[in-house]
Amino acid sequence: MDTDLSSQDRKDLDKFIKFFALKTVQVIVQARLGEKICTRSSSSPTGSDWFNLAIKDIPEVTHEAKKALAGQLPAVGRSMCVEISLKTSEGDSMELEIWCLEMNEKCDKEIKVSYTVYNRLSLLLKSLLAITRVTPAYRLSRKQGHEYVILYRIYFGEVQLSGLGEGFQTVRVGTVGTPVGTITLSCAYRINLAFMSTRQFERTPPIMGIIIDHFVDRPYPSSSPMHPCNYRAGEDNGAVYPSVEDSQEVCTTSFSTSPPSQYVFTVTKAHFQTPPPVVTDTLKVPVMGLAFSHQPAALGVGSADTGYPVLFAGGLNAAHPHQLIGPGKEGGVPPIPSQPAHGTQADQERMCTPLDGVHYSAATPSSSEDTETVSNSSEGKCGSPRDLLETIFIRKVGAFVNKPINQVTMANLDIPFAMFAPKNVELEDNDPMVNPPDSPDTESPLQGSLHSEGSSGSSTGNTHDDFVMIDFKPAFSKDDILPMDLGTFYREFQNPPQLSSLSIDIGAQSMAEDLAEGCCRMLAMAVIQTPKTNCTSDVSNLVAS
Amino acid sequence: RTHRPALPGAAPAMNCRAEVLEVSVEGRQVEEAMLAVLHTVLLHRSTGKFHYKKEGTYSIGTVGTQDVDCDFIDFAYVRVSSEELDRALRKAVGEFKDALRNSGSDGMGQISLEFYQKKKSRWPFSDECIPWELWTIKVNVVNLANEQERQICREKVGEKLCEKIINIVEVMNRHEYLPKMPTQSEVDNVFDTSLKDVQPYLYKISYQITDSLGTSVTTTMRRLIKDTLAL
Repeated sequence: MDTDLSSQDRKDLDKFIKFFALKTVQVIVQARLGEKICTRSSSSPTGSDWFNLAIKDIPEVTHEAKKALAGQLPAVGRSMCVEISLKTSEGDSMELEIWCLEMNEKCDKEIKVSYTVYNRLSLLLKSLLAITRVTPAYRLSRKQGHEYVILYRIYFGEVQLSGLGEGFQTVRVGTVGTPVGTITLSCAYRINLAFMSTRQFERTPPIMGIIIDHFVDRPYPSSSPMHPCNYRAGEDNGAVYPSVEDSQEVCTTSFSTSPPSQYVFTVTKAHFQTPPPVVTDTLKVPVMGLAFSHQPAALGVGSADTGYPVLFAGGLNAAHPHQLIGPGKEGGVPPIPSQPAHGTQADQERMCTPLDGVHYSAATPSSSEDTETVSNSSEGKCGSPRDLLETIFIRKVGAFVNKPINQVTMANLDIPFAMFAPKNVELEDNDPMVNPPDSPDTESPLQGSLHSEGSSGSSTGNTHDDFVMIDFKPAFSKDDILPMDLGTFYREFQNPPQLSSLSIDIGAQSMAEDLAEGCCRMLAMAVIQTPKTNCTSDVSNLVAS
Repeated sequence: RTHRPALPGAAPAMNCRAEVLEVSVEGRQVEEAMLAVLHTVLLHRSTGKFHYKKEGTYSIGTVGTQDVDCDFIDFAYVRVSSEELDRALRKAVGEFKDALRNSGSDGMGQISLEFYQKKKSRWPFSDECIPWELWTIKVNVVNLANEQERQICREKVGEKLCEKIINIVEVMNRHEYLPKMPTQSEVDNVFDTSLKDVQPYLYKISYQITDSLGTSVTTTMRRLIKDTLAL
């Protein structure tokens, strides 16, 4: 069949297809990182930019792709697939998209390999760049980190679309004919979730933003607006991924080397069922993100289905900015890639110790440093379940909890992805910023902890609405045992007496406005009724304007 | 199967591929929607800068890309990383938007992006511009009454633009006529070589506003590239 193709052409073609496959994977995965991508045009050819496009190579992604391909190329019946899935904080996962690079038998013998095929492959990559932004998963991936993460998985062989649910849609990115077959690139995507989740997650950021701005240097959730791309000139190789270094919003995904255990899974599941505190949600985001990453293996999804989170550790290390977790094919958790050279190394090592037992330690200096590191820096966040356990025990359903009206949340009905169900109305009604919680009638928050454990385990508070005060570890807290100024300040800020006095002022102000308006009206009427006064025309002009 | 440019003297646009897209948007969404479509087309119709070497070979520079988030539409798109190109498109779209607003029309108009080749003629005939691909975006500006409608419009227009991007990609994928890669002496007849970092095919943007009487007023933009009319 390929006697017509010169050996040089054949070699070229194979190389083109191989690098096309690798670049395809890079484009897809980078489009699901949750951040804006930016690369620079260069008028002088560098010789290393395949297809004349500036597409960065994330080493781990290339590594995974090469592993999946195992030296083979897409051929008839052997397709390269990139599966994009979503994993929630409760551990439920769902396939969102399957991108398929396939080869069919239709050959175009006449086409010139080194020229036309190459340029058409370049065009196809541009189409891929465009299409990856228009499927529903793009918007989901831009909002990830807070309650879910986006994972990717590469496999080679038969395309499996069954995980996409009923009624999935397909979009074709394009085709390129070659002398050995026609390359086709397409995407099959789930459609029945996008609607709800986009609406759902639109609403959470503002709540976070209001509170967090007071207390932390930068808002945490990656659902806040992305930083503009920050391309560093003069990158000399493909090993550095510039935009990640400045992306402080990205949820981190460093993980411990410990194998997942059933215990870990149970504990974290209970953790997420408890109503998360509004304020410290953001501080906990990295920790929660870490918990996600354990889930793939912990859930026993099976080695064939393990996914790799697409998120990066922001600013981790110039040389290794991205640490993708990868439960290996055998289902275990692989060792973490090399650690950053920054000062967080010590912290990171501590956090990444294997889970040899659950430490039910109360607030300790080490934990506070952990969380400080976690919350303050975007570097080297390594999640060990130990952090989460410590979190749980510190956490209290404290004095400011809004007495939940509706004790049952969707999250506690065992519906997968229940969090995606619309809860818009409740959000508004129970938002403590809108309706201030009742005055505290209990003792200090410390005392509440005993009750909270019992209730949090089976608590059915609305996950978004309860205002839970946590003596967690506010980012600048120096004292580990007692809540410091920040926590106190925060509580005072939330203290209803302040709000009510504020509302009096507002009421007074609006009364004043009403009075003023009334006066104007009366004045106008008085003027109109005495048309003969000299100043009438002036005043009525004023009133009219 | 391949298209050939019309011969000089023949009716123009005989073999010009024409695509029409239609969108209904709010006034403040016009610019972003137009930029999204135009940039997506130009992403596919721009290459890296050519560097000709001896023996008629050439190397091609690298095209960078970047994500753009829309402020008034729930939508994001990819454009070529070229500030010059972005400026040129923004200028054209800005003028179109102003014309739409000031025309007193009921908010209907269209903006066209035409790719053409130049065919040099001998004096006294001026060079011919032979279009080989024409993209027309028909715009209908709607007025919304309240914030809730605006929010729905944000989402709906975002979804519509997703469809348009898919349509554009479908057309690009047909691999229909493209001008032959030119020699060094011919490159300015095929490509716009005036930008310093990328090289789009020669293009021009024009627009029409449909006034309330239904008549069209055509305005051809001042050329956005260096004017190379033969004189």
